[in-house]
Amino acid sequence: MHAGIIFFLVIIGSILFHIFTPWYWTDIASNWKGMDDTITLTFWVGGGVFVAVCLFMIYCVFKFSYKEDRKAEYKPEDKKLERILTWATTLGVAALLAPGLIVWNQYVNVPKNAIEIDVMAWQWGWQYRLPGEDGKLGTTQVINISDNNPFGINLNDPYGKDDVLIQSDAINLKNNKPVKILLRSVDVLHNWYVPQFRAKMDAVPGVVTYYWFEPNKTGEYEVLCAEYCGVGHYAMRGSVLVQNDEEYNAWLGEQETFSDLIAKQKNFNIGDTKLAQK
Amino acid sequence: MSEEQDNNKVVYQAQSSETMGGSASPSPDMDYVRPAEIPEQDLYHGHSFITKWVFCQDAKVIGVQYFLTAVFTGIVGLILSWLMRLQLGFPEAAGFMTAEHYYQFVTMHGMIMVVYFLTALFLGGFGNYLIPLMVGARDMVFPYVNMISFWMFFIAVAVLMASFFVPGGPTGAGWTLYPPQTILEGTPGSGMGILLMLISLSLFVIGFTMGGLNYLITVLQARTRGMTLMRMPLTVWGIFTATVLAMLAFPALLVSAIMMTLDKILGTSFFMPTIIQAGEVLEYGGGSPILFQHLFWFFGHPEVYIVALPAFGIVSDLISVHSRKNIFGYRMMVWAIVGIGALSFFVWAHHMYVSGMNPWFGFFFATTTLIIAVPTAMKVYNWILTLWRGNIRLNTVMLWCLGFIVTFVNGGITGIFLGNVSVDVPLSDTYFVIAHFHMVMGIAPLMVIMGAVYHWFPLVSGKMLDEGLGKWHFWITFLGAYSIYFPMHYLGFIGVPRRYFEMYDSPYMASATGMNEFISMAAFIVGAAQFILIYNIIKTLKTGKKAGQNPWKANSLEWYTSTVPPEHGNFGERLPVVHRWPYDFSVPGAKEDFIPQTTPPSEVVHTKVEKT
Repeated sequence: MHAGIIFFLVIIGSILFHIFTPWYWTDIASNWKGMDDTITLTFWVGGGVFVAVCLFMIYCVFKFSYKEDRKAEYKPEDKKLERILTWATTLGVAALLAPGLIVWNQYVNVPKNAIEIDVMAWQWGWQYRLPGEDGKLGTTQVINISDNNPFGINLNDPYGKDDVLIQSDAINLKNNKPVKILLRSVDVLHNWYVPQFRAKMDAVPGVVTYYWFEPNKTGEYEVLCAEYCGVGHYAMRGSVLVQNDEEYNAWLGEQETFSDLIAKQKNFNIGDTKLAQK
Repeated sequence: MSEEQDNNKVVYQAQSSETMGGSASPSPDMDYVRPAEIPEQDLYHGHSFITKWVFCQDAKVIGVQYFLTAVFTGIVGLILSWLMRLQLGFPEAAGFMTAEHYYQFVTMHGMIMVVYFLTALFLGGFGNYLIPLMVGARDMVFPYVNMISFWMFFIAVAVLMASFFVPGGPTGAGWTLYPPQTILEGTPGSGMGILLMLISLSLFVIGFTMGGLNYLITVLQARTRGMTLMRMPLTVWGIFTATVLAMLAFPALLVSAIMMTLDKILGTSFFMPTIIQAGEVLEYGGGSPILFQHLFWFFGHPEVYIVALPAFGIVSDLISVHSRKNIFGYRMMVWAIVGIGALSFFVWAHHMYVSGMNPWFGFFFATTTLIIAVPTAMKVYNWILTLWRGNIRLNTVMLWCLGFIVTFVNGGITGIFLGNVSVDVPLSDTYFVIAHFHMVMGIAPLMVIMGAVYHWFPLVSGKMLDEGLGKWHFWITFLGAYSIYFPMHYLGFIGVPRRYFEMYDSPYMASATGMNEFISMAAFIVGAAQFILIYNIIKTLKTGKKAGQNPWKANSLEWYTSTVPPEHGNFGERLPVVHRWPYDFSVPGAKEDFIPQTTPPSEVVHTKVEKT
């Protein structure tokens, strides 16, 4: 009997915890409200099933606990009941899967007007590259990376010259404008993750991965590395500043392009680096 | 020889309840069981201490050896989890711990608990002890290989533990061992530590294959007469199916361990692309880190079910025996186990939704993953429907079963969150994942293990564990574990990432501090509570009351051995002959509320047995 009461209190406690919890989502700041909605839906359906199953179990504990003079029912199977439960579960699962897949379809199809951002990760830090006036990022290669070419841009790629280089772990984004995050890593797995944007994807050395989102709330957010990358993992942070158009454009105008960098290096006459030789 | 064998010319007719209900005079035909086709196996009986207790060929002793070794690794894993929780809850008290230490503890805790504790305990421990007894065999079919299997496991554990003492310490790559970081210098233990881990895993797989072949062939070939597949206890079905999974999944782990070893020591590039480290281009190129993840999870996801299926099977038997009621929907339960096992090979990439694999895979793997929820849900329904109108003994064993249902359903539901690809995106790599898998494949199987220990201890030792201590053990463990992992989901909602040595300055993570302290306190208490069981076992062995034969009034064959505890050879002079499934509890018309599997129909003609 006591067992039933304690289990009952555990279930009630879980429900109350969920209602009154001070720990919940950080406020969303991107277009991925669909993810939050699917989570909410799953919470209601799943939570309902959890509570129902547990209450049924607790009822059985109260009602059918051992008595010397009672005999349990003998009923090996109930085909009809099993069929009903199977189909009901299948329907419920399908109802949860469908919205999940719809949102995923949006997630893998990047809008045409998205700004591409090259996010380069290493142990342990970030830097960023934006396309210049031509709207395209130049191609890169890990072996090109040097002090004079921190992003490893291919020098013979014409698209690369005007790329905007941001050698900092902080980047600014334009509010209400979709961005396609192109992730690459020069060493191990990383993951550029801003909890408020909900979205994430691993950066994998050797390939370029991507995801997209549309920030819709100005402000500053912290970037976390969400894929274990060695001892410095927990300290691999960055920041994002979402700004309105004017502020963003002003910020963008101040940034250095790849050609600026090359020119500067020539002026300072840096000697025998790979770049200067070429 | 035996009566049954003389009857082998008589055509056996299935006796339905209708035809039996009316007939008062039992006919000998109805008890017919086909004769034995092969002679009985010769057993090697050890005489010296070494052959009896060390290099022993008796599956029961090997089971206990596996069990104790696995429990030893489990205690190491538990201590590591304490250290991790100390760092997370009370970092100022854990000043001795560096980030390197923390990641090494995380890694070793994960690998130990999943592979060396849970897998070895369920398959090596319960599998060895219970399979021959439950199917009515004298031993495993290859006792010598079985003995080697344990000692390979033992060496694997020794190699694993040795990695704590090599220069650089054990690997700190996370239990998933994702390259490239696993073998690069930014990861602790990337020298000797990771090599010993890979060697230990390879030894484990080799040893496990020897054991696994034994379990499979014993179930398929050495069942006693009358023990059809559909009369086997669900425990055997669970362990059998899990072993099939293990035979298919572990090779993927073995090849990935071998390839990674080659990448490490010979400089091959199976998993290594071009990499810059500390400004230097390393001599790797062209390999794929994602390939490793596919191989790892092709093993890793079935691995979840290698742990879960035996737990499903065992808990079904425990619930049925202690509810004095047949398991509801036995055939559905069998097919659900087999179905879940088969499906588990088609869902692996749900661990990789945000790994950078082609995102279009997400549609396929989300669908297969959610399909697997259906047979799993059916099992849950059947467990609670077994309780319905039962006669439930609320003893310690049943409490663990109820605790299992609560934690398993909770963890199963959060699995639907994570399996549903776009919901996984915000939650993956956060504490939500930690909470989910600990609830569903840590706590839930542990509940079953504990229930099974209390249930079968009287068989193994001949003595009953103390119920009072058992209940304290249960309630502290259940309530404590639930209050560790239930709130932890909400840290995941906040977005707190996993595998963080420190949270420190993030503004929205400040609110997590209080919860982390609470969780750590609960973890210390739950861990300590496990020593109640050890105390209980020692006390019982010294002064416990005698169990006698079949103290739970169960039907399955392990309770009908010639002696308690069973001796080598299990069943004395003659092997038992099976006439029915093991779930004939509370059959209308029967004198007692259980009919053992060995009871021939002629002895219970007045009962309304529906399934035999």
